Amino acid sequence: MVKQLSNWGNYPILDCDESSFTQEEQLTQYVNTHDHIIARGNGRCYGDASLGEHSISTLRYDKVLQFDTENGIFECQAGITLDQVLAITVPRGWFLPVTPGTKFITIGGAVASDVHGKNHHAEGSFSNHVITMDVLTGVGFMSCSPENNPDLFWATCGGMGLTGIITKVQFRLKKIETAYIRQKQIKAENLDEIIRLFDEYKDYTYSMAWIDCLKKGKNFGRSILIVGEHATKEELSDKQKAAPLLLPDKLKLTIPFNLPSFVLNNFTVKAFNMLYYAKNYKKEMNGVVPYEPFFYPLDAIHHWNRGYGKQGFVQYQFVLPIDRKEGLAAIMHRISDKGWGSFLAVLKVFGKQDDLISFPMEGYTLALDFPVRKGLFPFLDELDALVLEYGGKLYLSKDARMQQEVFWKSYPNAERFANIINTYNPVGKFRSVQSDRLLITKP
Amino acid sequence: MMIPTVLILGAGSDMAVAIARKFAANNYAIQLAARKPELLHAQEQDLRIRHNVAVTSHGFDALDFESHVSFFQSLPVKPDVVICVFGYLGDQEKGQNDWQEASRILHTNYTGAVSILNVVAEDMAARKTGTIIGISSVAGDRGRMSNYLYGSAKAGFTAYLSGLRNRLFHAGVHVMSVQPGFVNTRMTEGLTLPPLLTAQPEEVANDIFKAASKKKNVVYSKWFWRYIMLIITSIPEFIFKKLKL
Ligand SMILES: Cc1cc2nc3c(=O)[nH]c(=O)nc-3n(C[C@H](O)[C@H](O)[C@H](O)COP(=O)(O)OP(=O)(O)OC[C@H]3O[C@@H](n4cnc5c(N)ncnc54)[C@H](O)[C@@H]3O)c2cc1C
Repeated sequence: MVKQLSNWGNYPILDCDESSFTQEEQLTQYVNTHDHIIARGNGRCYGDASLGEHSISTLRYDKVLQFDTENGIFECQAGITLDQVLAITVPRGWFLPVTPGTKFITIGGAVASDVHGKNHHAEGSFSNHVITMDVLTGVGFMSCSPENNPDLFWATCGGMGLTGIITKVQFRLKKIETAYIRQKQIKAENLDEIIRLFDEYKDYTYSMAWIDCLKKGKNFGRSILIVGEHATKEELSDKQKAAPLLLPDKLKLTIPFNLPSFVLNNFTVKAFNMLYYAKNYKKEMNGVVPYEPFFYPLDAIHHWNRGYGKQGFVQYQFVLPIDRKEGLAAIMHRISDKGWGSFLAVLKVFGKQDDLISFPMEGYTLALDFPVRKGLFPFLDELDALVLEYGGKLYLSKDARMQQEVFWKSYPNAERFANIINTYNPVGKFRSVQSDRLLITKP
Repeated sequence: MMIPTVLILGAGSDMAVAIARKFAANNYAIQLAARKPELLHAQEQDLRIRHNVAVTSHGFDALDFESHVSFFQSLPVKPDVVICVFGYLGDQEKGQNDWQEASRILHTNYTGAVSILNVVAEDMAARKTGTIIGISSVAGDRGRMSNYLYGSAKAGFTAYLSGLRNRLFHAGVHVMSVQPGFVNTRMTEGLTLPPLLTAQPEEVANDIFKAASKKKNVVYSKWFWRYIMLIITSIPEFIFKKLKL
């Protein structure tokens, strides 16, 4: 049925025909009888990547098929969400190998965006942990892995649904002793200090920083580095030790938020503020916290995205090569001069990754929100020019507005990617509003 | 303590998936029954892995009345709870002049349900224990031009359940009727449903589980449908017939 759909940024809102399936045959039949199809997981990409004439929802295709608890191998249908996976695996001592900042995405979405987490520098992106998967391509069902049909595999990881519909994924989990994280938070006065801290703490598995993109002068780039490790049993408090793999009930009320106040300024959601204590804020803070607030601080507030109002917002996330950190300062200066950046900006350092079309590459990545308003898109075009100048690129999963030249110039393998798409999706059956906009598929 | 078993008739639907997960999460062994049991494999695995419970699948066709006795006898364990989830919305307009469609609607939602629950009822009455849960619909509370074939079959089913409740009470067997309003499932995918009035299958499953544990007789899901239907059923017929509902 045709309805108005939008993803997390509430921009754009488009008329799409959305249907779902619970059995493989229903999906095959649908694909055989429709054109202009794009898979849609939980709509947590920000822009138009999972919107199209026919968006096919995978959410009802959510069955767990295998869980080898000895070796930590998990196999499931692509529509299961990460929070469901965690509910099954954590109590048995296994964790997702990579997780983004929200647990409300599907496994299919994790592969199609090849998501990264706070451990990218240490453990790579999601696709690095995929063993094998099944894809309904434009030429039928196919299995693929790094060894078997590798071109399909690498064009599907980060390929934004353009090779077809991912139906099943088998991936490796990570062993944990407890459901807790030993976390350390360190305040940085400015950009130079935070970059130095990232380097100093690079041995931590997890790291990211909340950064203030609006502050000028000597506090330009003030931020807070958050690093963590899965806690061992010995590191837990006596209370936590009683059930090391189970989270306390009523977690939402006990979140020990330690985000600095600039993270939340002009944030409309009061609940968040209530949970948060900016008081007692010290240079360095240590603690052992449940994994949820560590990985998913924003999930505690459903629909915080609505705080931006009817016009919606776009998230702007770029990555710059590791040796071009002057670009980071240049772009942040532009943003702070304009005064339009968000309260919510995340800075992270990626480790090495050099594959077909996924976003991560060794360097600095910054993500921030911009409410949609007059003049925003021309301004972002200016930022794009800087990103290009410094050899960087934008994250397709957050994009809703980049011009096609920017994509073709910044993704070094764009041409090869498009050719592989031509093999597996020869008549452009699978296409999104985004892929048409970027001319990866022909509108 | 013995592990209780729940039999889910019409196990492939979205509502049934949610109900099975809810009972499995509460440590029930699960019997799934549907027309094509070979399609239940993934769901079986899913329940086992998520909830660490025993699951079996069985072929069951609501329209094959003759088979119902042998189907029930062939179950490896007699269930403690039986939930009748299957249903067929069908196409009202088509059914108005296509008896094939009309009879499929009537027989799936009414005759088929009665046929299998008669068998279940005899067994539970003899054992003097058990719970029968029938998923009916608010569409059975008053006939409307847009779906009175489905509605009338559900009305019959609702009346059947209340009679059965009355009879089996004396045998110590509990019968619960569930009246869901709009539910967001594949069955309703083509319809425009008002978001505020529409429940997710998981909500209905929670309501069912909670109400069954409290031995409720009739539950509406979402709860305010009881009041919506109270208003709808109290509109005088001479006005109601003029509405286009
Ligand atoms: C609060 C928040 C924090 C986030 N943090 C991070 C982060 O830290 N790191 C990160 O990498 N991302 C992050 N994201 C982005 C998010 O992880 C990705 O956009 C993810 O792809 C969304 O998955 P989804 O299931 O919602 O899919 P959708 O948003 O519906 O779709 C995303 C893309 O995946 C494709 N797709 C989905 N399912 C399938 C399938 N079965 N087969 C083929 N293609 C499919 C779609 O076509 C589309 O191109 C964040 C998003 C939010 C809202």
